[in-house]
Amino acid sequence: MSEQIAPFVRTELAPERQAPLRTTGFIGFLRTRLFNTPTNALLTVLGVLLLWAVIVPAVRFLVVDAVWSGNDRTACLSQNAGHPVGACWPFVQAKFIQFIYGFYPEAQRWRVNLTFVMAALLLLPLLIPRLPAKAANAGLFFLVLPVVAFFLLYGGGLQGFAIGWVTHLLSSFIMAVGDAGARLADIGTASATPAGPVLKLLGDGIVWFSTALLYLMFPLLWLRNHILSTGQPLWADFAASAVIVSLVLFWLNGGFRAGWRALLVSLVTFAGIGIIIVAMGLDHGGLPIVDTRLWGGLLVTLVVAITGIVASMPIGIALALGRRSSIPLIRVFSVAFIEFWRGVPLITVLFFATYMLPLFLPGNFTVDGLVRVLIGIALFAGAYNAEVIRGGLQAIARGQEEAASALGLSHWKTTRLIVLPQALRHVIPGLVNSFIALFKDTSLVSIVALFDLLGILRAAFADPAWATPTTLFTGFAFTGMIYFVVCFAMSRYSLFVERRLNVHKRS
Amino acid sequence: MASNPIVTVAGLNKWYGDFHVLRDINLDVGPGERIVICGPSGSGKSTLIRCMNALEEFQEGKIIVDGIELGPNLRRVDEVRREVGMVFQNFNLFPHLTVLENCTLAPMWVRHIPQKEAEATAMKYLERVRIPDKANKYPGQISGGQQQRVAIARALTMNPKIMLFDEPTSALDPEMVKEVLETMVDLADEGMTMLVVTHEMGFAKEVANRVVFMDAGQIIEANTPANFFANPQHARTKLFLSQILR
Repeated sequence: MSEQIAPFVRTELAPERQAPLRTTGFIGFLRTRLFNTPTNALLTVLGVLLLWAVIVPAVRFLVVDAVWSGNDRTACLSQNAGHPVGACWPFVQAKFIQFIYGFYPEAQRWRVNLTFVMAALLLLPLLIPRLPAKAANAGLFFLVLPVVAFFLLYGGGLQGFAIGWVTHLLSSFIMAVGDAGARLADIGTASATPAGPVLKLLGDGIVWFSTALLYLMFPLLWLRNHILSTGQPLWADFAASAVIVSLVLFWLNGGFRAGWRALLVSLVTFAGIGIIIVAMGLDHGGLPIVDTRLWGGLLVTLVVAITGIVASMPIGIALALGRRSSIPLIRVFSVAFIEFWRGVPLITVLFFATYMLPLFLPGNFTVDGLVRVLIGIALFAGAYNAEVIRGGLQAIARGQEEAASALGLSHWKTTRLIVLPQALRHVIPGLVNSFIALFKDTSLVSIVALFDLLGILRAAFADPAWATPTTLFTGFAFTGMIYFVVCFAMSRYSLFVERRLNVHKRS
Repeated sequence: MASNPIVTVAGLNKWYGDFHVLRDINLDVGPGERIVICGPSGSGKSTLIRCMNALEEFQEGKIIVDGIELGPNLRRVDEVRREVGMVFQNFNLFPHLTVLENCTLAPMWVRHIPQKEAEATAMKYLERVRIPDKANKYPGQISGGQQQRVAIARALTMNPKIMLFDEPTSALDPEMVKEVLETMVDLADEGMTMLVVTHEMGFAKEVANRVVFMDAGQIIEANTPANFFANPQHARTKLFLSQILR
C-alpha cells in the first residue's frame, strides 16, 4: 500500500483572495438567497405579496385614512370627514390622561409623574453597565423606591415605627394563642367525655405558655409604652429602633474589633429613612390618601408588572434552590408550592385574592385589594421562575461545586458566587420570556375590578361621546403599540445583557 | 516511613451502596513527601484522595490531616479543607470569572483578605506557574494546559500544606502534559507535600518518594519508585506495569 501514497509537502502557502463578486452585495444576495432556484423565486414573490397585503392596509388605516383632530365622535364619521375613516386618533387624545392615570384625582397627578420620573432616573443608570455605583443604585431602586413610591402614590403617614410594629405583631399573636388556649380549656371543662380533662390540661398549658411569653416580652412592652408616652411616638420609636438595630449589627459583626463598618452602614441607613420621613411629612400625616380603586391605566399596569417581576425573582430563586435542597421538609414544601401555583390559572388566583381571601381573614384585618393582587401575581410568577431557574441550576457541572468546596467555600457562598451567577446567565432567555408573559398577563387584573391599561381602554369604549365604527380598532391599536414597545424593549435589552454576561464564552 | 506523618489514613473503609470501594486503607504521609498513586481505573485511587479533603464521606476508619481528625461524621471539614489544596482532572475553573478572579475568590471570601492584597498574592502564584499574562482572560480563552496551571495556582493561593492531584494530566493534549508536569515538579522541588493520582510513570520516577499501587479498592503494593518499577513484588503489580510500560 505504502508505495501508492504520493508524499506531499506544501512549498508555497496559498495567498488570501477576495470572494467572487457575484456572491456579495445586494445583487449577490438576490442571486444566492432569493432567486437561486425556481422554488425560492416563487417563495420570494409570495412573501412580497403577503407583506404588501399586510402593510398597505395597516398604513392606510393608521395614517392615510386616519382622523387626527376633533372634539368628539362626529369628527370620526365618514360623512363628516368626506372619506372612509381609519383610526380615530382624537379618541386617544381625549382619553390619554385616563390611559395613563386612570381615575387618579387631577390635583394629585403630580405624585404619579414624580414616581415615574424617579423610577426612570433610578432604572436607567441601573441598566447601563458603564455607570458606577451599581450597589447603591440597586439599593435605591429595589429597597428605597418601593417605600417612597408607596407613600407617594397611596399617601398617608406613619404613627409608629419598628418597635411599635414588632410589639403589636408579637403581642397580638401571643394574645391569639392565649385566647385559643382558654377556649380549649372551656371546651374541656364543658365536655363530659374522658377526653375533657386532657383538653382542659392542654388548654391551660397553652394559656400558661402564652402568659410566660408575655412576661418574656415585658421589656419590649415597657419600651413601647414609654415611647407612646413621649408625645412624639414616631420619633421616639425611630430613635430607639435605630439605637437597638445599630448596636445589634455592631455586635454581630465583631463589636469593637470589626463592627464599625456595620455600625456606620446602619446609622447611614437610618439617617436616610429619617430624611425620607421628614421630606415626605410622614410624621404628620403625609400626603392625602388616594384609594387604589381610583388608580388605573398605565400606572396600574406598570405597578403590577414591575412589582411582579422584581418580587418574583427572589421567590423563584429561593424555590429553585429549595427544590434541590437535601432537607426533605424544604424540598417537599418547594415542590408543593411550585406545583400548586403552576396548577391553578392566574384568573383563579386573582379571584381568590380579591373576593375570597377577605372572607378568611379575621374581621379587623384587611389588606388593600391591589396589594392582594400584587402578592398573588408575585407568588404565581415566582413559581414559574423557580422552574426556569432550576433548569439553569441543573446545567452547572458537579465539579464546580466540588472545586469551590475544595477551596473552603461554604455551601451558601458556593451557591451565591459560583452556582447562581452561572445558572442565571444560562436562563436569561427563559426568564425574560416569563417577564414578558407576566407583563401582558397584568391585563387580567381588569377582571377583579382594577382598571389597568386594557381595562381603562374598555371603560373608555363605553363612552357614547366617542362611539364610532373605528373607535374599538383605534384603541386596541394604540394599547397594542404600548405593549409591543415595552415587551420589545425588554427583549432587546435582555439580548444585550446576555451578550455582555456571556463574554467569557467568546474566545 | 516518616516519623511524624502530616496525613494519616487508618483502617479506612468506604461503600457506595453495597459496593465496597475502599477496603482497609492504611497510609502515612510524611511532611514534604511526594506520593504517586497509580492503578487501573475503578481501583479507588481518586476516591481515596477525595476522602482526604472530605469531598467524599466514608463509613469506617479515620483520616488525620495535620492533627485534624476526620471521622465518618466529617465534622471538621472546613478546617481540613483549609490545609489541603486540590487539582482536578477537568480543571473545574469557574468559567464566569477571569483567571485572576478565580485565584482571588477563595482568599477574599474564605480568608477575608482585602482585594488588593489577594490580587497581589494571586499574581505571585500566576507568575510561579508562568502565566501572569493570562490574568485577565477567561478560562474558556486559554488552552487546557494553561487552565490546569491556573487551577494549581488557584489551589496554592489558599496556602495549603498538602496538595492533592486527581489525574491532573488525563484530560490534556499530549503537547500540554509537559507544561503541567513541569509546574508540578517545581512545586515538589519547593518541598510541598503532594499526593498525585496519575498514570505518568515518568513523573513518578523523577519526583515521587513513594509509589502506591491500588487495585479493587485496596493498596496492593507501596515502594520507592526505583524498587517499584525494577522489582515489583505482587503479581497484580507486575501485570499492571507490563501493560503500561510497553
